Amino acid sequence: MKAPRFSYIRADSLEHAIRLLAQHGDEARILAGGQSLMPTLNMRLSQPRLLIDINGIAALEGIALADGAVRIGALARHAEVMRSPIVAEHLPLIAEAMPHVAHVAVRNRGTFGGSIALADPAAELPACILALRASVVVESARGRRTIAADDFFRGLYETAREPDEILVEVLLPVERRDRVSVFMELSRRHGDFAIAGLACSARIERDVVEDARLVYFGSEAKPTLARTAMAALDGKKWSEASREAACAALADDLDPIANTFGSPATKLHLQRVLTRRALEAAVARARTQ
Amino acid sequence: MSHEETLRITVTVNGERVTRQVPVRQHLTDFLRTELGLTGSHIGCEHGICGACSVRLDAAVVRGCLLLAVQADGADVVTIEGLTDSEEIADLQQRFVERNALQCGYCTPGMLVTAAELLRQRRPASRDEIRAFLSGNYCRCTGYHAIVDAVEATLNERLRQ
Repeated sequence: MKAPRFSYIRADSLEHAIRLLAQHGDEARILAGGQSLMPTLNMRLSQPRLLIDINGIAALEGIALADGAVRIGALARHAEVMRSPIVAEHLPLIAEAMPHVAHVAVRNRGTFGGSIALADPAAELPACILALRASVVVESARGRRTIAADDFFRGLYETAREPDEILVEVLLPVERRDRVSVFMELSRRHGDFAIAGLACSARIERDVVEDARLVYFGSEAKPTLARTAMAALDGKKWSEASREAACAALADDLDPIANTFGSPATKLHLQRVLTRRALEAAVARARTQ
Repeated sequence: MSHEETLRITVTVNGERVTRQVPVRQHLTDFLRTELGLTGSHIGCEHGICGACSVRLDAAVVRGCLLLAVQADGADVVTIEGLTDSEEIADLQQRFVERNALQCGYCTPGMLVTAAELLRQRRPASRDEIRAFLSGNYCRCTGYHAIVDAVEATLNERLRQ
């Protein structure tokens, strides 16, 4: 179908975009990569009065390393993140997830910030930034604030960003050498949204697992930290018993949504399969590190 | 809103600069097809799933249906017509014919534009990597096998040259 009528303004600076957003609030939509917004417009699932095009605002671009963190600008394209030597070296979890993010033509256009701001429950990047304890920087006419990923994702497509705020950048602490991370997902076709998926990061020394962060996506309404499963692993030496305790605990942590890909029971099963594979991989990686 | 908002844009399409007044809600593929008569870019799903509308925008393959024409203002767009005229993918097209890598042909322009990006990287790719690269382009006729054959053969020939 064709998009409904709307007004369109190309913002020439971050200040301009913020001013427009303050003026139009919820009647406006930010157009970044457009890889999720454009489909909803073409299908007439959303009818904003105004599109504020932020492409070309230099302040929102780039990937840089500073003070122990990687700053990924909201407009960094997925393809750029995928090619980035900084990401490859300091954020192996993101590097492992990127090939799963959509398809080449979508990665050439879609943005890191857009994926985080939309918070699609089946998207890879929200889960990754939660696993890595990243923070999200947003700005409005009222000022700039930094929100921990733990507090950012509130529900289905719902985040802590207010309607007058623009997502400016994401700050990701570099992955420390004493930690390992693993990304895995299941999807019908390579690059499609995940049916079940897991982003995890943990400190594993001599097979003892500590401070594990297990974040599940695809099956849940929002990227979900599996606190009970994490507690089941914490301080334990890796064994079949600790692995199965974590898998059993997932029943308390997850609340899978039924859809055409499966029932809640099927999805819980798939997440347990992924958990076993991911933890095995994490331990194997830690042993060779 | 009853009023159809329009903007004046200048785009380089297949090496030629064109200036047009376009509705702001018109996507790039409709602009190419209806304003410029370049009907090689096809519209399948119109929401970014099928890949039939793939075109090259500033040297990178994108979905034409997910980009507003006004966003292409100042950009360099190459369509299947441009890739054909420049003979950049003449070898790939020849292999598509030889291997029967198309039946109805609807997905073919998008498939070729996407494969052209893989070929331009000039590095070896396994059949699995070729499949993953083309995974955003649907073909409902061939079962993909012949398409992967054609891309693989072209890539290997280019790497030998």
